[in-house]
Amino acid sequence: MNKKLLFEIGTEEIPARFIAKTKADMKGYLEKTLKELHIEYKSIELKCTPRRFVVVIDELAENQATVEEELKGPAKKIAFDENNNPSKALLGFLKGKDISPEEVYFKTVGKDEYAHIKLTKEGQAVKGLLKDIFEGMIKSTTFPKSMRWGGKNIRFVRPIRYFVCLMDEEVIDFEIEGIKTGNITKGHRFLGSSEIVINTPDEYEAKIKENFVILDDEQRKALILEQCKAVADSLGGTLMMDEDLLEEVNYIVEYPTAFYGEFDESYLSLPKEAIITPMKEHQRYFPVLDADGKLLNKFITVRNGDSYAIDNVKRGNEKVLDARLSDALFFYHEDTKKPLEAYVERLDTIVFQQKLGTILDKTKRIQNLSEKIAKALALTLPNLDRAAYLSKADLTTAMVFEFTELQGIMGRYYANLSNEPSEVAEAIYEHYLPRFAGDELPSTNEGIILALSDRLDSVAGFFAIGIQPTGSQDPYALRRQALGILNIMMEKKLNVRLFDLLDLALENFDFEDMDKQSVKSDLMSFFELRLKNLFTDMDIRYDVVDAIINIENSNPFDLLIRAKDLDAWVKNNSVTEALQTFSRISNISKESIAGKVDEALFAHDSEAKLNTAYNSIKAEVEAMLAKRQYVKALELLISIKDSVDTFFDSVMIMDENMDIRANRLAMLSNIRTTMESVADLSKIVNA
Amino acid sequence: MQMGAYKMNFQQMILKLQEYWSNQGCIIMQAYDSEKGAGTMNPATFLRALGPEPWKVCYTEPSRRPADARYGENPNRLYQHHQFQVIMKPSPDNIQDIYLKSLEAIGINPREHDIRFVEDNWENPTFGAWGLGWEVWLDGMEITQFTYFQQVGSIDCELESAELTYGLERIALYLQEKNNVYDIDFTDEIKYGEVFKKAEYEHSVYSFELSDKDMLLNMFNTYEKEATRLIDEGLVMPAYDYVLKSSHAFNLLDARGAIGVSQRALYIGRVRNMARKIASAYVKQREEMGFPLLKGGDINE
Repeated sequence: MNKKLLFEIGTEEIPARFIAKTKADMKGYLEKTLKELHIEYKSIELKCTPRRFVVVIDELAENQATVEEELKGPAKKIAFDENNNPSKALLGFLKGKDISPEEVYFKTVGKDEYAHIKLTKEGQAVKGLLKDIFEGMIKSTTFPKSMRWGGKNIRFVRPIRYFVCLMDEEVIDFEIEGIKTGNITKGHRFLGSSEIVINTPDEYEAKIKENFVILDDEQRKALILEQCKAVADSLGGTLMMDEDLLEEVNYIVEYPTAFYGEFDESYLSLPKEAIITPMKEHQRYFPVLDADGKLLNKFITVRNGDSYAIDNVKRGNEKVLDARLSDALFFYHEDTKKPLEAYVERLDTIVFQQKLGTILDKTKRIQNLSEKIAKALALTLPNLDRAAYLSKADLTTAMVFEFTELQGIMGRYYANLSNEPSEVAEAIYEHYLPRFAGDELPSTNEGIILALSDRLDSVAGFFAIGIQPTGSQDPYALRRQALGILNIMMEKKLNVRLFDLLDLALENFDFEDMDKQSVKSDLMSFFELRLKNLFTDMDIRYDVVDAIINIENSNPFDLLIRAKDLDAWVKNNSVTEALQTFSRISNISKESIAGKVDEALFAHDSEAKLNTAYNSIKAEVEAMLAKRQYVKALELLISIKDSVDTFFDSVMIMDENMDIRANRLAMLSNIRTTMESVADLSKIVNA
Repeated sequence: MQMGAYKMNFQQMILKLQEYWSNQGCIIMQAYDSEKGAGTMNPATFLRALGPEPWKVCYTEPSRRPADARYGENPNRLYQHHQFQVIMKPSPDNIQDIYLKSLEAIGINPREHDIRFVEDNWENPTFGAWGLGWEVWLDGMEITQFTYFQQVGSIDCELESAELTYGLERIALYLQEKNNVYDIDFTDEIKYGEVFKKAEYEHSVYSFELSDKDMLLNMFNTYEKEATRLIDEGLVMPAYDYVLKSSHAFNLLDARGAIGVSQRALYIGRVRNMARKIASAYVKQREEMGFPLLKGGDINE
């Protein structure tokens, strides 16, 4: 007989950002655990609101499945005594297992044979296992920060206050750290009853809906969107959609009612980001746009409740937004009384890092570094220095002080208002890009160079003073900045070695106790690891990555092409034999140095043939490399495979005559060097 | 606002809250007579939150934040504002409901508003304290900080307290439908500004322009030395007074811009270090006393 199970965790308000992940974690835990426990079921469903996680398991077996288990006993040689009767050891093993010695069989494990028995394990009643299952589920759920409450020995992200546990109409009684199960749940905090009796799992959802809780996350989300759109329609505008905001709003309400509020039209003179940021980030409001995509002086927000006395709620929210916008307008007017350049000097009051100086010091380093990078890229950019000089100026404006998210954005506005060249304004904005994984990248040359300079300065600077990310500790987000550098270099196809850029960045740091060589090598390993991770995330084989990653001599853009090409080549071709041949070359010649081959020392026909074959392709392979045609270069290179094989079959490389030996090794080293300039094929395993 | 509802003045609001929480078993204490930045630093919270003994208390705490001073010209920011502080230790299971009823007691009917518990991870690094909880929003405005203490004085809380900190001026602005803090009716006859505006101006001038940096630095060092000496003598309360004093001296220096950003962390570390020592000395002291409140002992021990 299968049953339906309902388990509810009644909580205090769970932070919205954790709910979706927790839901998935809990479901995963249950699937894994029920499988391990041999408990059958049809489906597991989880639905959540800010105040509850609700698990419904359909057609849950009443008992664990019966399973046959094999147990290993004593070794055969001690299982019987001299009279061939079961020994004490064997009887001891069988004790209490309801199995006769006749049922014992023997199997070889390792060197010896051992007694074995098959034990049929009757499944236990699932009912009795539920406490352990759900206690395990709750205790295995992790959060970045969790808490204890009321002296209980349990951690969760916010307090758990009650459980409901029903199998069909039966209440399954247990408690976890003093929190008891029952069949009583709570409705909406202000609109519903706080004592709703649930008789069967099937009636749960309808009953709490009567109590103003919409349980189904997807349904609730759709409802919120529909309501918000309807309100926007009624205002003659459109909703400025934001998936993340919608998701967040969905997990802060149990019963949504969308409504709109207004703000004074005079605030529309503010840059739109200065209006949108307080609305979305601080208050969780949706902005509303007119037909031309311009902001209206309206916002849409969602109450956790019905429409009763909603004018109060509207007025209150309008008042809060008005205070924020009035601050913003005040800041904007204050800020624009002076040109943007007037804010640069005050950067000396903001410390970047004790040893690395103020933001003004950093600005000067960015100016210096960006000029050098432009030179390395052979670009002449007359506005670059100005853009670098102004890049951080907005940090001392009142607006950015209050709304840090607006850094760069306000800088661009203020630069335009100060009649700076448009390239300068754009670069100020772009130098913060990318701000997060998947964000847009800078598009102008000035923006690209500033973005690189800023990040290179930070990463190189922190390494120079001995601050590197360790484990989960990366307080200055150096990993993210390194990824930004690599992404820009790859996407923008910059033809410059990372090694050289780091060198340039390090030129700006000279500390007494700093060992430049070791800083540089730490930086290279740090970047190499980031690159490897990036490539692995692109599903490029790890051995392919190993084969191409020669970070000192390459630029990330080139490495990306190599990685993708070689990966596709290895995945699509049966190249095992060729790889074996070239690995052999690598192994035998890796201690040797490439050099001139003396034909006079050839002792066998196959030597001359290989030398000719190699010389006939060498120049062409190099030409292909110059054009970054890596697959073609590889194909051509392995075309001499037969000559190599014949060579290996015909001669002993390690000839007794040292001159002949050296000559053969030199020839192989030449081939190896050419191969490594494409990729180190010896790193590829089992193609 | 309910139509025709009686709008409580500032003082009535405080009286109501005191009455309400006293009915929940809280002792009504008075503000602690030493300058501090928040009600959390009152020893009735900071120290009592430690150890296994139950504790329920409420009080109004004038809280000084020199860096927030605005010469009496900003409608919201103040050198000194008032917090109504509640500690319920251990936190009762229905503490959220109890809190919401306190709002009703001062005229906020949840049915007529939108009240939300918005994620907040509260932290006071200077005093080595943190907890999880919420900002409570009333129609989009933060009115209370609601925290379950997890650590105080860098020591894990054995019995977790719920700490409620009401921002009294904010709530009054809302209840009285005022836009400027100085227009709040303190009583029906006296405005908030009439009580505090001049003081706000003077403290702003002092904090930003006239405070004597060298003297404050000297005081910080002297207070720190005295606190350390008293900890060694086992005198928890007098030592803690000097920690509060040093913390205030630091806040004044900070507002004056006398402490560079890199040095800031060092000063904070020094205060935290003292707070940590006192916290553990306090727990040890209570243990030696046999945790009197645990055994239902005499409060005047």
